Amino acid sequence: MADAPEKARDPEKEKRKIKSVSKMKEIMTNYYIEAKTARDSGKKVAWITSGGPVEPLIAMDVIPVYPENHGAMIGASKMGVDLCEKAEEMGYSRDLCSYARADIASAATNGGPIGGLPEPDFLVCCNNICGTVLKWYEVAARYYNVPLFILDTPFVHREFSDAARDYVIRQIYEYIDFLEVQCGKKADFDRMQEVGKLSVESMRLWQAVLDVAAHKPAPMSAFDAFFHLALIVTLRGKPVVVDYYQGLLDEMNERIRDGIAMVPNEKYRLLWDNLPIWYKTKWLSEKFASHDACLVADTYTSAWSGVLPLIDENNFLETMSVAYTKIYINISIDLMIDKLREMIRKYDADGLVMHSNRSCKPYSLGQYDLQKMVMKELKIPTLIIEADMVDERQFSESQIDTRIDAFMETLKS
Amino acid sequence: MNDQIITVGIDIGSITAKAAVLNGGSIIGSRVQFTGYNAKKAGRDVLDALLADLGIEADRITAIVSTGYGRNNIDFADKAVTEITCHGAGAHFVNPEIRFVIDVGGQDSKVIRLDENGKVTDFAMNDKCAAGTGRFLEVMARALEVDLDEFGSLYARSDHPARISSICTVFAESEVISLISKGESRENIVAGIQESVASRISAMARRVGVAPPVMMTGGVAKNIGAVEALRKKLETDIEVSEYAQVNGAIGAAILARRLVM
Repeated sequence: MADAPEKARDPEKEKRKIKSVSKMKEIMTNYYIEAKTARDSGKKVAWITSGGPVEPLIAMDVIPVYPENHGAMIGASKMGVDLCEKAEEMGYSRDLCSYARADIASAATNGGPIGGLPEPDFLVCCNNICGTVLKWYEVAARYYNVPLFILDTPFVHREFSDAARDYVIRQIYEYIDFLEVQCGKKADFDRMQEVGKLSVESMRLWQAVLDVAAHKPAPMSAFDAFFHLALIVTLRGKPVVVDYYQGLLDEMNERIRDGIAMVPNEKYRLLWDNLPIWYKTKWLSEKFASHDACLVADTYTSAWSGVLPLIDENNFLETMSVAYTKIYINISIDLMIDKLREMIRKYDADGLVMHSNRSCKPYSLGQYDLQKMVMKELKIPTLIIEADMVDERQFSESQIDTRIDAFMETLKS
Repeated sequence: MNDQIITVGIDIGSITAKAAVLNGGSIIGSRVQFTGYNAKKAGRDVLDALLADLGIEADRITAIVSTGYGRNNIDFADKAVTEITCHGAGAHFVNPEIRFVIDVGGQDSKVIRLDENGKVTDFAMNDKCAAGTGRFLEVMARALEVDLDEFGSLYARSDHPARISSICTVFAESEVISLISKGESRENIVAGIQESVASRISAMARRVGVAPPVMMTGGVAKNIGAVEALRKKLETDIEVSEYAQVNGAIGAAILARRLVM
């Protein structure tokens, strides 16, 4: 059989591609190889929730592994339905978070894009992102028969009491004690401080990368942020993250100088709320682009840098614990609307697209109220898409297609 | 508006295909037939039949807008527009005072808020479940061996509507069957069904914020029982257009007119 003629590359599309992507893929691949071969290199592996304080792990030379990042990979590689169904066969409810279902099934079957996560030596669970992680990590602790550390972060309504502050700070020291026992060595607080500085530097650079989308036209979209997010989640506190985001920021500034927009003919600028719909990012990005609309920013990817002003590099451990408590998803809608208002203004958004995510209850609860507040106060149209981040069975394409078309018709009229 | 400009709207829904023809800004005809398997063919057929009825040659049509789930299949249309915008335009055309449209079709229901120019300011759709749609009523009518057209008069004769609590069409059908076996009257079951549809739609309508005057469109608006139940539930008067089922097609024809004017 003759080789198919090589497809001519569209120079317009090539120009828009972000070049840093291949470097990012390489870093993530190396990270997962290191994690999967940790046993051979005598390193410990800890599973940790996405909003958990990872810096002490890095300082103790433990390899952090994120079941949620793995869940996102499962979603993006469209393996979610298969794994969710396996978890349902095991007896887990279809109403349970799809990251949890996909991950539990992956652990039991070594399924998924990387053949399952490396087994943990211990687990670190922080409930600043949801309550589901408590039960999910308890299940993992039983399954692997390993110790579990739980960091309990109180929900922040408006004020944050001294008692709440003391409560989380005290737990950070208990966390360090736990790590000393697990690793069989004393914590090095100077090293902790160094890692803290790198983490803060990564967050600063990540925020600077996200900020470039305030430029018109935006050199990158929220869909790009969804992809580049992985490093700030998994490896913050490591030098490689600082280097990578610096390179990405330079590339973005170059694009601004060269007038390269992610969406050609960008006319409408939209803000995204909630987690990505991992298996449909390409479809959604093309769908919005076909209406000359760019999702310029989102409330999700900035969660890892939004608390930056709360962190003092010189008192990293204690200020970090407070910052982790105040992340976007652990605050009331009174505080969320402040954040939304700030973002809508900063990015000059014409509309808001909210993903009502069946899996993520804490993120999705309150969206209808937020929608009303945004429409009333900021007078911009809002679209709610009902779907799920990983479980494709919750996504009805033709209905969502109609909703987006109708929303864009409203925006254009 | 007697400019003799002929425009067409074609609305391909999940159950029926509708066409409407406007001449000089007035509705001169409309037609409804089953969609069947081939949306494009259904669009072609419903239009051909309507043109034949009206004695109009196809080449006199200035513009066509398609809408509904099959809107992108109608390749002979000049533009595809969603049913949200079309129902808004159609309702505004029939009565410019209307600020809120409740459209209940075969496979989904939607609520649309309009401004004084007929522009959509907000909308909501149910798209996860067939309860509260025309399909739901069809399934129930079959279980009760009642013609859909009788639903309205049966509703009026009910003395104590039965309670249908399930939100799933299939389970609600079993609920209805169990009510039948308990000897509940047909009138009360039918009334219960209408009220359950009204409950679902009113929750969605309240979420967007009901702003009277309200118009109901879509095939289910022909069902006076469903309209009455919704009136009670929303505590507001609901206008039903004589063009309820073809409202989306009329809106599409209006938008087609805007393409050329």
